[in-house]
Amino acid sequence: MTSTLPDTPLLVLRQIRKRFGATVALDGVDLSVRAGEVVALMGANGAGKSTLVKIIAGASQADEGELLWAGVPTVFDSPRAALQAGVATVHQQTSQLGVPGLSVAENLLLGRLCSARSAVLISPAHIQQQAAAIAGDIAPDLPLHADFADLTTAQRQLMALARALHEQARLIIFDEPTASLSQAESVRLFAMIERLKAAGIAILYVSHRLADLRRIADRAVVLRNGRVAGTFAAPLDLDAAVRALVGSTLPTRPAKNVDVVRGAVPRLALKQIQLRPDSTPFDLNLHAGEVIALTGNLGAGKTSLLQALFGLQRWHAGRVLLDGKNWQPRHCADAIDAGVFMAGEDRWRSSFLPVDSLGARLADLIALPHLRRLFGSGWIKPGQLDETAQLWINRLGIRCQGPNDTPDLLSGGNQQKVVLARWQSQPSRVLLLDEPFQGVDVGARHDLVASIRAASDTAVLIATSDLDEALEVADRVLIMDQHTLHDPGQHADAGSLIEHLEHLERFALGITATPRAATPAPLTESVL
Amino acid sequence: MTSQSATLPLAPSAVKSPRRSALERLRRYALFGVLALLIIGFSSAEPAFIQPANLLSILQGTSVDALLGLAVTVALIAGGFDLSIGATAATALIASSYAMVVWQWGALPTLVFGLFSGVLIGLFNALLVVRLRIPDLLATLATMFLLGGLQLIPTGGQSISSGLMLRDGSSATGVFAPAFLALGRARLLGIPVPVLVVGVLALVIWALMERTRWGRVFYATGGNEEAARLAGAPTTRYRTTAYVISGALAALGGLIIAARVGRGDVSGGSSLLLDSVGATLIGFAVLDARRPNVLGTLVGAIFVGVLLNGLTMLNVPFYTQDFVKGLVLVAALGLTFGLGRARR
Repeated sequence: MTSTLPDTPLLVLRQIRKRFGATVALDGVDLSVRAGEVVALMGANGAGKSTLVKIIAGASQADEGELLWAGVPTVFDSPRAALQAGVATVHQQTSQLGVPGLSVAENLLLGRLCSARSAVLISPAHIQQQAAAIAGDIAPDLPLHADFADLTTAQRQLMALARALHEQARLIIFDEPTASLSQAESVRLFAMIERLKAAGIAILYVSHRLADLRRIADRAVVLRNGRVAGTFAAPLDLDAAVRALVGSTLPTRPAKNVDVVRGAVPRLALKQIQLRPDSTPFDLNLHAGEVIALTGNLGAGKTSLLQALFGLQRWHAGRVLLDGKNWQPRHCADAIDAGVFMAGEDRWRSSFLPVDSLGARLADLIALPHLRRLFGSGWIKPGQLDETAQLWINRLGIRCQGPNDTPDLLSGGNQQKVVLARWQSQPSRVLLLDEPFQGVDVGARHDLVASIRAASDTAVLIATSDLDEALEVADRVLIMDQHTLHDPGQHADAGSLIEHLEHLERFALGITATPRAATPAPLTESVL
Repeated sequence: MTSQSATLPLAPSAVKSPRRSALERLRRYALFGVLALLIIGFSSAEPAFIQPANLLSILQGTSVDALLGLAVTVALIAGGFDLSIGATAATALIASSYAMVVWQWGALPTLVFGLFSGVLIGLFNALLVVRLRIPDLLATLATMFLLGGLQLIPTGGQSISSGLMLRDGSSATGVFAPAFLALGRARLLGIPVPVLVVGVLALVIWALMERTRWGRVFYATGGNEEAARLAGAPTTRYRTTAYVISGALAALGGLIIAARVGRGDVSGGSSLLLDSVGATLIGFAVLDARRPNVLGTLVGAIFVGVLLNGLTMLNVPFYTQDFVKGLVLVAALGLTFGLGRARR
């Protein structure tokens, strides 16, 4: 399939430079990818990863520098040109992977349907047949009749992959592919990447997730401030890579809070909580000053638990005590009044306003849930908003020009700091954080973790599907599965947790391979 | 209406180039600049234009459009388009005329009745959009049709004035009360009452939307309802309130027309709708707000009023008016969205 000599890299970038106004996004980047190689591209938000990816995929052009494709100097002046040469991208935003409203089969054939040489009339049967051929053995279970809009993230990526392979892709760029995949789905994706690699396809893998990179990358290239800060060959020295990423030595993992008063009344006590009629009841005690992380597969019930405690949904049975008193919020206003705060997943959907709206400034966003307490008379005092915002900008190290910025001007990590500032700017009893580190670079994550752990009078419950994150932030890591909670033990270290998770993972994989009724009960017990 | 700009990977530029900020300033004040040019141009071509009497008549002429524009603005701020604005005004016009001419009500009960009809229509819109979750454009379009037909039923499509022939063959004997007519015709300290009413209401709504926490929640609800809800805001209550305010303002607009004309003419109110939506959208360009805003709507309505008055004075044919309005709207939207996009 590849006509290049084995030692000519498929893609070589030399001294790529790109400026946006006063900002230098890329400042002389070199990069090469060979056929059959997985190169990881790492870097904090704003380091230039996405710009680089856009240049390779033809969506943007370099100001200076050279791009060699199979040894030939080339300029991809449009995404179509890159695609025709064999560069396919699996985007982070899966909505860019296909057209909602069309079936999967039609989406698979989209390239051909849009081509000028396509026949005017194509029968549905023909489309199905062709689509099945394209899905081939890479995605045999793809529901061809389903609407693209109804697919899961993993299925959308699979569809994009099948299409890329059909269009003779020679380089596939994965942009944060596991950002919204469950552990089990990620495992399947990695297996897929191994197969692509074996077939001689070059892979550029962009991710924050260190665990991902350790598993699949042959080489990692770290970008910082638009330059290559380091290149690491497998086996990856993660600490060194992270040091290159943040540009300094890592702070050591924060010491565990050992002085939590175990004897006192827990801040939050869950008693025989059953999230669903068919799920096993569980208990949980959460003390003030304690940070507990919930991890587990997507759909395991982490978000459901957080939402129930915040009043967005009801639990099926059981009791919750907040500082020893019965707690049953009817809606989130109740929870906020009682000092139970939640920062939802996906900050743009759950926390921010469109940038032109009144109240889209950082200062306004931080104060939004607290307006009634701050301004009882009704009149807003902008000066007070700005003061609070400036305080938190300094405290969390939010990189911005000031309280008047809108969040779209900030990197992902700094956006997340704004969300945390919102919920920390007023005293809270319980802080619920749903995937607070999504799209957050390592440097910003340390700042967030430090601030979360510094709150001594708040009980914090964090849902995250990333084990690294869970271990970094929490005093205790609990595993959620099938809407119930498993405690792997007080002193679980990373090794035993991974073992535990892999058990569950295998279990989840088994479930999808066999019918749903296949005796899950005994397995759960063996896990426990 | 929830357009979220994706997070671009560009690092925020620490320094804005002076050229860009000059362009930004130009866009901010462009509409005011053009307005000033228009006034200077019209005054030099036709000195009568700048006479206080003419300026007041411009304001009086635009007061209903401005009021309905405020109604559209309030609904839009809370995230719902209200296409039934014009029809609501027309319905209140008919309702008040009918109350006075046929039922022989006095000024005050009529006024309350007219406003109440607007509130009711607002609640009906809220029922459709907020409770039944019909998309706002479709629901309020349906309301518009409904009201357009409803107002024909009591009189069989006739205009309402004294001597109206009723179903039973008798004729209506009621008259428009002078106190009611004053709402559209009287002057206070030389300023027409409708202008005063609109001025006061605009100030109140501006303060509510821009300066109070309730305003923040209205905007948050319209911008990202889920985010507002997760911040603890009772968003359905806010959206309902917005439709009710919008309906009441539109009804007041209808009452002012009835008081000015002194007759209850049936109409679908579609030209009222288009003019008020136009004022609101032109308002997006004022101070580069790019969102529905009270000040902008007011300026938008005045802008159109000045333009049409001036052109009429210069003997530009009446039938070109709509074309001119369309031109202004396209230019304002181009300014707001086309050139504005470069900023992000």
